Parts: sequence; C-alpha cells; structure tokens
Amino acid sequence: MLKRTNYLTKTYGKPEGWGLAAYECDLGGYAQARRALTTMTREQVVDEAKKANIRGRGGAGFPMGVKWSFMPKATPAPGTAKPHYLVVNADEGEPGTHKDRTLMEENPHACVEGCIIACYGIGAHIAYIYVRDELHLSKARLEGAIQEARAKGYLGKTPFGKDYAVEVHVHSGAGAYICGEETSMLNSIEGRRGEPRMKPPFPANAGAFGCPTTVNNLETIAAVPTAFGMGGEEFSKLSALHHIGDGGVRLYGVNGHVKKPCVVELAVGPTFNELIHDVAGGVTGDKGILCVIPGGSSTPVMKPSETVHAPDPKSPLHPWHGKSVFDVPLGVDTMRGVGTMLGTCCVTVIAEGTDPVSCMQNLMQFYRHESCGQCTPCREGGAWLLRVSEKILEGKASMKDLDGMHDIANGIMGNTICAFGEGTAMPALAILQKFRPEFEAYVRGERKRADARLTVEPWS
Amino acid sequence: MPFALSPERERKLQEILERYPTKMAATLPLLHLCQDQEGYVSEEAMGFVAQRLDVSAAHVKGVVTFYTLYNQHPVGKHQVWVCRTLPCALRGAYEVIEHCEKRLGIKCGETTADGKITLRTAECLASCGTAPMMQVDRDYHENLTRERVDQILTRLQGS
Repeated sequence: MLKRTNYLTKTYGKPEGWGLAAYECDLGGYAQARRALTTMTREQVVDEAKKANIRGRGGAGFPMGVKWSFMPKATPAPGTAKPHYLVVNADEGEPGTHKDRTLMEENPHACVEGCIIACYGIGAHIAYIYVRDELHLSKARLEGAIQEARAKGYLGKTPFGKDYAVEVHVHSGAGAYICGEETSMLNSIEGRRGEPRMKPPFPANAGAFGCPTTVNNLETIAAVPTAFGMGGEEFSKLSALHHIGDGGVRLYGVNGHVKKPCVVELAVGPTFNELIHDVAGGVTGDKGILCVIPGGSSTPVMKPSETVHAPDPKSPLHPWHGKSVFDVPLGVDTMRGVGTMLGTCCVTVIAEGTDPVSCMQNLMQFYRHESCGQCTPCREGGAWLLRVSEKILEGKASMKDLDGMHDIANGIMGNTICAFGEGTAMPALAILQKFRPEFEAYVRGERKRADARLTVEPWS
Repeated sequence: MPFALSPERERKLQEILERYPTKMAATLPLLHLCQDQEGYVSEEAMGFVAQRLDVSAAHVKGVVTFYTLYNQHPVGKHQVWVCRTLPCALRGAYEVIEHCEKRLGIKCGETTADGKITLRTAECLASCGTAPMMQVDRDYHENLTRERVDQILTRLQGS
C-alpha cells in the first residue's frame, strides 16, 4: 500500500532547505547524534540500528545494523595505528538511479548527522563520503553542511562536548562507475585505480588503508537520524514488510516512459503499479508497459505479464501467489523471490513499442565502457555482448549468435572478482530470454534498426 | 616548463593531505587540482604529482588513464557532456546528441575549431528523473528541450 512520508524529504524544495536552520527547525537538528554520543554506548547504538531493519539502500540490501556489528569490538583512539573508518558510498551512477543526489542537494545535514552516529557505532573517528566528481552541487552542499556542523561543535575533537572525535570528509571520484563497488571505492580513496579487491578479507577486517571499515550507501546513512528519532523498532514498523526484516521508509525513483518522473519518499512496500500509476502519473502517451527495470540497470527486467509462483503457504510471497509481479510490495526479499533484485528502488519504465534489442545494445555499451578490465570474462564478455547486440541490430546475426550471447553472459556469471560481472550478465540474460521473439525477428529480417525506437514521443 | 600549483591550490593541497593517513590518498584530489588549473593533466603535472606524493610516475599515469574525467590532452574552453545511457535515451538523448553534433558541426569526442566547446557523451549522470540532460562544465541542465539546448549552446559559443 502506498504510504507517503516526509522524514527525509521535508525540506526538499524549500528555500535554503539544505541549511542547518531548516534542519534544526524541521528535522530535529542534531538531537539524535547528540543523544547517541552523550547517552548511549557503542553497543546500544548498534542494537538500535539493528532494530531499524534498514536494508542497505545501495542495491545489495544487506541489513545495516548487522554490517555495523561486524566491526572489531575494541574502539581505537584517534591517531592510533589501526583506526576504524566509515566510508559512505555516494558514487551514484547505476543507470536509472537518481535518489542519493537529491539527499545531498536537499538534505545534506541528515547525511552528516548519520555519519556521526554511524562513526560512533562502529568505533570510527573519520568518515569519508565518496561522491562522484560530476555531482558538484552535491559536494558543495555536503561541504557546506560539514562546515556548519563543525562551527556548531557537532564535529571535531569533542562533538557535543563528548571526548569522541569525529571528522567527515568529502572525497571526490573521477568518473568511474566501478568505484561504486565497495572495495574498488576503498582503492580509489587510497589514491589508486578503482579496481575491486578479492574478498575475503572483507572491509570490516581490512578496508580503507588496511584498517577495519564499514561501507554504507548514502541513503542508508541519511536514514539513521530518523530511525533513532522514533526508535529503531517504530521506524521499522512503518514498512509494509517489517515482518520480513525490511523496515522503515526510503526514497523511490520513477524514470523512463512515465508522465511525471520523480523521486518520492514512501514507507517500504509500494508496488510497481502504484509507483507507475499513482506516483508517476502513468505511462507516457497512455501506452502499455513493455517491461520495467526494477532498481538500476543491473537488475533483471520484469514484464507485467509475469506472475508470482509461491504455492508454499510458508513463503513470504504466498499472499501474492498467482498475481502479477507488478502487485507485489517492493522489498529486498520479495524481489529476490520473483527472480529479480530490488536494487536501488529507482524504477525505469519502458513502454510498449520500445525496441528491447536497442535497450540491450544501449546497456551493453554502458557495461563495456565501465568494466575496470581486471577480469577477462567481464572485460571481454561485455565487449562481446555489445558487438553481438550491434550485429543483431544491423541484421547480420544468425540464430547461433543468440545462443552465443546466452553462453557469453553465462560465462561471465560467477567468474569475476566483483559483482559487476553479474551486473552485466543478469540484465543481458533477462532481456534476451524475455524478448527472444524480438531478437529472432531481427535475425529473420522482420525487424529493422531503422524502425527501432527508444522514445515514445519524438524529442522536441 | 616544470609544473607548479598556484598558491591558492597549494594551500588546498595542504588541507587535503591532512585528511588522509597516506600521501598517496591525495592522488585523485591533487590530479583534480592540476586539471582545474590547466584544463587537462599534462605530463609535467603527472611528474609533479608523483614527486609531491612520493609515488611512482607509473602509479600516477595508471590513475590518470583509469578515470574518465582526467583529460590527457588539452580540451575546449567548455565541456559539454550529454548523457546517453538508457533512462536518458528513453526520453530523447540520442536526438539531443544528434542535435548538438549538427549545431556545432562536430562529432562527439571532438572540439569546435574555435576551441570553445568539447562535446562528449557521458554514461549515466544520476539525473534519470529529469532526463534528457547534459552537464556543461560544473552545471547540470535537466529536462532538456530543443529550445533549451539551443540557448545553452548559443551562450557557450558567444562566451
């Protein structure tokens, strides 16, 4: 059910809504960071975070509080040889994702306050917010918020008078999607090429500069003050999926072929149909829906004709057995259950009449460009998928090429250091499998590139 | 000529170095400062970075060539990046690119003869909800119409 909230977005669109004055007036100021540092122990902070059931907002959906609890229990003093670090992932760049940017631009203080609470919870004294370089306004707003917080004594050697130093720094990327992968981000912060690292060791053991590190998405961190303000459990209960450990409120984006693309804050659990029709005003030109990309281009596409198969009454998806996947509440586990991923919660809507093969070609161009090149299956496989897509569009492919595409994508899966390989292969496989007739029509010469459209209406 | 940072950027570098436990960590921010000053990262600037941060020239070169946003050659006075990735393409990005190419008489990746504008495509710029869009230098221009693109390009051409 659609439940609009404004815990994170109350100051959006207001004059100077990003400033400290607005944050204090509308969003509780830094009361929760103050409360955490001055009245709670580190363990209590992690417990509260666990109760909030904040599933990581970057795409993987790992429970935030649990991740915090992986950090070593001893809290090193500032300046010691093995400090802990918080790294906040604001390298937003997954095609179809446009939510973190709004938080940095419109509510940067929630990000900074979240950093203070998280640092205390994981025993860190330094947080690096990794922002992609292109987001100059986001960086300026974050820097402004950090300066305001420092001037007030909320950051520095003794925040809120507590002898627990916290500093927050903005670290700028330089144009590489792969740096959104957590270990690649750590290399990038260390001043290296953004190439992912083998895991283990996991960042909680050896992260930034070889020290224990927690990497959280920016929206995840920005939700922390709200969760602490109402209490973790109350926050979690706002969600329609509280009972399966997917709590709270989050930002949802809708883009592509809809009348009103937007970013909105909702309690966890709206459906695709609600997002498309009630939030985004329906499909452009009142067309039907070809498919949606659930949450960033790496998540496999879903068609409205797909139904839920969950005959087992114990399955969390059983209440929707036999119904359209477009009527299932969007959650980390519900989307996994229907064969896709929730990802970043920003839905790309693709209208009927759009050419799925051209969509594939466009996406493979992205993955080809952004592969870091470290692992052969990803570097070469992505390039192959792009070349075969182009061959198909040019009408020069055979049926064997379609099977070859399948094999290449399958060959990438599970054979790379990081999940970028799956991120390339999963959408390719889903588009190929779900739109096989359209691919075959190109091979038979019944579809032509000249007629292929990606837009519903001509751009004007 | 050997590369040197302006005094203001030199001060900024000192601030940056204090944020990290290693000098190497300042590689990306320092390269940004160099590019900010020269418009691209010259061989001399790379040598300067290696020397200031006590890292090898190979390390610096490896970083510069890895990241898309470091220019390895001089570029136009203004940078125009049109997002081409799917959510923008669904709302007309290909047409925006074609229009820019025609208006400027160059292809993506090229610079106008007067050296004013370098036109490039970008991969997703996190502006999918306000597509199609382009980045001009440091600013985003969103929900682009043909008229708006013309206004932007006219302004850049006259600058």
